[in-house]
Amino acid sequence: MKVTVCIGSSCHIKGSRQVVEQLQHLIAENGLKEKVDLSGTFCMGKCQQGVCVTVDEAFHSVSPETVEDFFNTQIKAKA
Amino acid sequence: MSQPNQTLRRFDTKVQYLKYKVLRETARLAWEDKLLENMMDIPKTIVPGKEPTMRCCVYKERAILAERVKMAMGGHADNPNIIEVIDIACDECPAAGYEVTDSCRGCLAHRCEDVCRRGAISFDHNHVAHIDKSKCVECGQCAKVCPYSAIVDRKRPCQVACKVKAITINEDKAAAIDDEKCIQCGACVYMCPFGAVTDKSFMLNVIDMLKKSENNTKYKVYAVVAPSISSQFTYANLGQVITGLKELGFFTVIEAALGADMVAMEESRELAEKGFLTSSCCPGFVAYIKSAFPELQEHISHNLSPMARLAKYLKETDPTAKVVFIGPCTAKKAEARQERVRPLIDTVLTFEELQALFDSRDLDITTLPEDVLDNASYYGRIFARSGGVSDAVAQAMKEQGIEFDLKAVPCDGIEACRMALLKKSKNALAGNFIEGMACTGGCIGGAGCLTHGEKNKAEVDKYGREAMEKTIGDAVSIYNI
Repeated sequence: MKVTVCIGSSCHIKGSRQVVEQLQHLIAENGLKEKVDLSGTFCMGKCQQGVCVTVDEAFHSVSPETVEDFFNTQIKAKA
Repeated sequence: MSQPNQTLRRFDTKVQYLKYKVLRETARLAWEDKLLENMMDIPKTIVPGKEPTMRCCVYKERAILAERVKMAMGGHADNPNIIEVIDIACDECPAAGYEVTDSCRGCLAHRCEDVCRRGAISFDHNHVAHIDKSKCVECGQCAKVCPYSAIVDRKRPCQVACKVKAITINEDKAAAIDDEKCIQCGACVYMCPFGAVTDKSFMLNVIDMLKKSENNTKYKVYAVVAPSISSQFTYANLGQVITGLKELGFFTVIEAALGADMVAMEESRELAEKGFLTSSCCPGFVAYIKSAFPELQEHISHNLSPMARLAKYLKETDPTAKVVFIGPCTAKKAEARQERVRPLIDTVLTFEELQALFDSRDLDITTLPEDVLDNASYYGRIFARSGGVSDAVAQAMKEQGIEFDLKAVPCDGIEACRMALLKKSKNALAGNFIEGMACTGGCIGGAGCLTHGEKNKAEVDKYGREAMEKTIGDAVSIYNI
């Protein structure tokens, strides 16, 4: 599973660093390091909806507050 | 569209303004795919009438403008230097050295004679001083003591500006650049009052790259902007410049300062390991060490420059990415040609060229909404001014818990760099890290800046303080995903 977080300026301001840090933590905690390939990219062209995250091409709008829910429903449940 | 006098205020000099007009008109035709058929008309577009505006006649003006168009189109491929002399534009300024002018009043004191240790000064029947050039060693003492300031040093501005002494005068009395010594800093470009020394522009590559990307669908074109941008385009705000870049067709804009954060982390480790280092972020300084102090080049940091470091990361995340660096620097154009950097950086633009690109599309950035630019830390951003690299390295050591007694020697301007390197070569330097910047004040003094001013350092520091990330570690943490 490929999870990509936008780390461009707009998403960075909206907390992409916190999103990445929490995802890294949650992935490790749930023993999913082997299954989830987490990476960063600059800009997905949907700055208004940031923090932009894709899971195998499917787009999601995430924030530091919703990242745990997002992880549970979109990553943990599907991995 | 803005009025010409407003446009002029965006530059320090009328020479820059003229260069800008050539770049703008060249770019305008290039966007429309009409450059090859119409490039010969550009000089006439800029000097339309029959009356000369700058030189002896319109024909010479247009002939020089045609040369400027060539430089705007990449210059002469057979000349490896980024910096070229347009010989027909060179006014062959007097270069005789110290000369007595009409201000000599034929006084009684003759301080000039007394101070001259070479006996080069004599007096005619009116007691007016004369300098015997066969004896004079150009020490300048006579000029210093004359109460009438009657003795002047006639040196060419380009030669005064060139601290690496790469400019000589050829047999036609035009300036000539020694490519072996030249570090491409552009000081002569900025200083020549006739605009006879100029930097090659690769702006057409950028236009071509943007067009062929078909709105970033074929590949993405990233703009990496130097932190000194915070002291530029001050008639608008930075957020509008970012929107302007995207309007031009760039996919997104990223701070080179983020590369600087990465460099600060790596450079601090390298310094602690080796014990002595000279910085590698300024290509002018690096070129200077290689040509003037080759015995010290083993001490040059092995790190890529912030520009190249960030580009490397970008190309790792997006292998088809095209990366355009936009900064204040002519030497970066040469750095981008180096073997190690060529695969990372596709083209380099200066702020001057960016202004021309905006106006070639009639983009008035002051009317645009504001976008954001925020990835780097305070420390990455202050790389743009002298002392910033040293501060960042000190901070990176602190953050990484590196125990090292850092004694940084920040040098701005080649003369200061030369002093520090000279001391190091004689083992007399009280320091273990030379931060070298070829331009006075650091990158904010770069030849490709639109304007240079006292406030620029404060602008960079302010931009630094506005960074969301307060530590280098936080700014770079995301890149270790």
